[in-house]
This record gives sequence, structure tokens and C-alpha cells, in this order.
Amino acid sequence: MSEGEKVVKLLGAWPSPFVMRPRIALNIKSASYEFLEETLGSKSQLLLQSNPVHKKIPVLIHGDKPVCESLIIVEYVDQVFSSGPSILPSDPYDRSVARFWAAYLDDKWFPAMKAIAGAKGDEEGKALIQQLGEGLALMESAYHNISKGKPFFGGDRVGYLDIAFGCFLGWLRVTESHIGLKLLDQTKTPGLAQWAETFCADDAVKPVMPETDKLSEFAKLLMAKTASN
Amino acid sequence: MDEVKLLGFWASPFVHRVIWALKLKGVKYEYSEEDLTNKSELLLKSNPVHEKVPVLIHGDKAISESSVILEYIEQVWPQNPLFPKDAYERALSRFWINFASDVGMIFRSFYLSKEENREKSRREVIQVLQIVEEQALKDKNFFGGDNIGMLDIIYGSIPHWFEALEESVGVKVIDPNALPRLYAWAQRFKQIPVINHDLPPYQDLLLHMKRVRQRLISQPPNSSA
Repeated sequence: MSEGEKVVKLLGAWPSPFVMRPRIALNIKSASYEFLEETLGSKSQLLLQSNPVHKKIPVLIHGDKPVCESLIIVEYVDQVFSSGPSILPSDPYDRSVARFWAAYLDDKWFPAMKAIAGAKGDEEGKALIQQLGEGLALMESAYHNISKGKPFFGGDRVGYLDIAFGCFLGWLRVTESHIGLKLLDQTKTPGLAQWAETFCADDAVKPVMPETDKLSEFAKLLMAKTASN
Repeated sequence: MDEVKLLGFWASPFVHRVIWALKLKGVKYEYSEEDLTNKSELLLKSNPVHEKVPVLIHGDKAISESSVILEYIEQVWPQNPLFPKDAYERALSRFWINFASDVGMIFRSFYLSKEENREKSRREVIQVLQIVEEQALKDKNFFGGDNIGMLDIIYGSIPHWFEALEESVGVKVIDPNALPRLYAWAQRFKQIPVINHDLPPYQDLLLHMKRVRQRLISQPPNSSA
């Protein structure tokens, strides 16, 4: 059976930015897949079997083989569905730049954003907001250097770094309304403001980008649940 | 042919990952030792975001973060491949590369553990390494199979560095009883000429780890060391 014929399943949940990543990748490749939604608070047998080490979503199951970790899945999809448009840049240096920033976002930037909700007191909250703002300034500069006048980090089309960063836009909007401060906007990050609009309107992204108010409601639910645990 | 330069620090296992990859592929490079207490202009310019080693400079391009550098090396110098060709196997390799970061955090906890937490921390190290042994190494000679591959390089900090770490803490963790296959692999790995010729001298490494440990445990908590 050819790669393109094997059944693709994706274990995930609609609010998760990490789950968005492989969904965008699969959309770029026009690959059909079955989306298996995990319920908050419980993990399916299939998830526990497919990702026994971390028990986390997303997990892509291709045929009978599970692939874990969002960016690893994106690279896998890019390699396997080779007939669709490329997601990773072809030039090794451009590829390394994309990977560098994706690692920065996952290791430093997003953890700071997550921590804001649970920040104990003003001092900690302020420091985290500053870190977030500084990170966005770095990304604004990176965007200018990498896109070279084109709409996306990936050039004319949505690419690896667009996916890696763009998946956080929904939660960034939720965070901004929570703290009452815009961090990504026309004045502070004009390049990114335009990019965000173009990204969210893209055909591969629109169907899987959750609406900010739905995410806000979900965030409230999550906070209530965490508080009661 | 563009020149290749590596900014490094003699005691860093992350720098050694890059050295091993370059050597295994026969890539000629110039090594530049950084004084991390007095970082060079070149380092600060090449890695302004993190100001850390290793940094690979290829021609006029600077690449930072060891795992990113390794992927770059693999793509630019495809001879003696370190990654499997198959997309699924490659995805698995990447999974275990990411897992090494989790292992690293647990190592660090153990390194900085106070006496009252030490036993718990020691057990956490064994638990996480058991996962590596059972699911990544299994019964192979090397993570890469019959020959070393990317995962051997990634976990290559265990044989030499973790030994020094154990000794600086004063508690042995990796032994033939708790982790037989990993222990055997560590001995095998150190014998490989490319690896062997480039390890930092053990006594120097031990002294360095003891010194760093002293400094870190006497610092207030939550400082970014």
C-alpha cells in the first residue's frame, strides 16, 4: 500500500495549539484524515497506547504507526506526503533558522504565556508580560529577515515556522484580553499584525483556527477545573 | 568550500555532540574555545538570543542549538548518515532526541539535589533511563543499531559526563544491575575512536562539575544558571 493510501488518524482536541500544527500540515498536503477528539479530563485507550511515554496529544496514526510531538508530526507529514507543497524550507540554513525559532517559541515563549494565567502577584505577572513582549519583538525582527517582503515566514506559502508560531495566535488573543493589553498589534509589531491576518485567512488554517471567544470560554472552564483540583 | 568554525566550551556535552557529528562525517572545522565568563564578540553576535555554545559558523551563517546544528550537519554533509532514511524511523529518532531534554532536566535535579531529596531524585533518574533503555536502546549494540547514529550522539553525555556528575554528587546511579543494557552501551560507546579521542579529561571534568555544583547550590533559587 502506498503512503498516500494508508489511513491517517489524528488524536487531538480543538483548543490545543499543538494539535493545530499537524492539522494545518495535513491541509497543506490536501491529505484526508480522521480527527479523533479527546475529551478534557480523560485520555482514550488509543492515546495511552499510542503515546505511552507522554500520554499527550497530538498523535498522528499513519496506518498503524503512531507519530508523536507536533513538530515531529509536521516534519513527518512533509516527508511522507511529498507530492504536496513543501512545508520545511529546502535550503539547510533556512531550515535551521525555522527550527531555531520554533524551538525558542516552544521552550521559552509559550511557557511564559501559559504561566501568566497562574502568575502569583503583580511582580511575576509583569515580568512574564515583559518576556512575552520581548519575544514578540524578536519574532517581528525574525519575520522581516526571513520573509524578505513575502507574506509568510515560508515565503509565498504557509511554512514550518508560520505553523509553529501561528498556532499560538488564538491563545495570544485570549491572554491579551485577560491582561487588558495588546502585545501583537499594528503599532508594536506591524509586520506580525499583517502576517497574523494573512495566516488566519489561509485556506489551510481557517478551518482549524478556533474562535477567540470559544477559547476564552474554554480557558475559564480550564481555570475553574484547575482551581477545584 | 565555505569554512566551518565551531564555538565551544571544553566541558560541554552539547558541544561534543557537534564535534562527534562533524568528525563522523569527515568535515574539517576550526574549533574556537569560549571563555563563558567572558564571551567573545563573535559568540554574542552569532547567538544573540541565547549567547550559548555550541554555535556552528558555516561561511557567514551561524547556527545555534545543538539539535538544530545536528540536523543542519546531516543535511549539508549527507555522507555517513546519522539519521535513518525511513520517515517513520526518523520521526522516532526525533522523539528520542526531544526526550533527551526531559532526561537532562532530571539529571539536573539530581545534580542539585539536597540530601533530603537525593534518594527520590536518584530513583527518578533510574526511572527515566529505564524508559530510554527499554524503548529506545532495547537489545541493540547502539541506539543506531550496529553502528552509532544520531541518538548515540545525543545520549552520549551519559557515559562520561553523567559519571562525573554522579561522582560530584557522591551517589552512583548507573550500574550494571539497575540499567544493564545502558551500562553496557556506555562502555561500548566510549571505546569508539572518534568518541574516545575527543572526551574532556575526566579529572578536569570532575573538578569542573564539583565547582559548578558548589556555585549553583549556594545561589538563591530561581536564578537562571
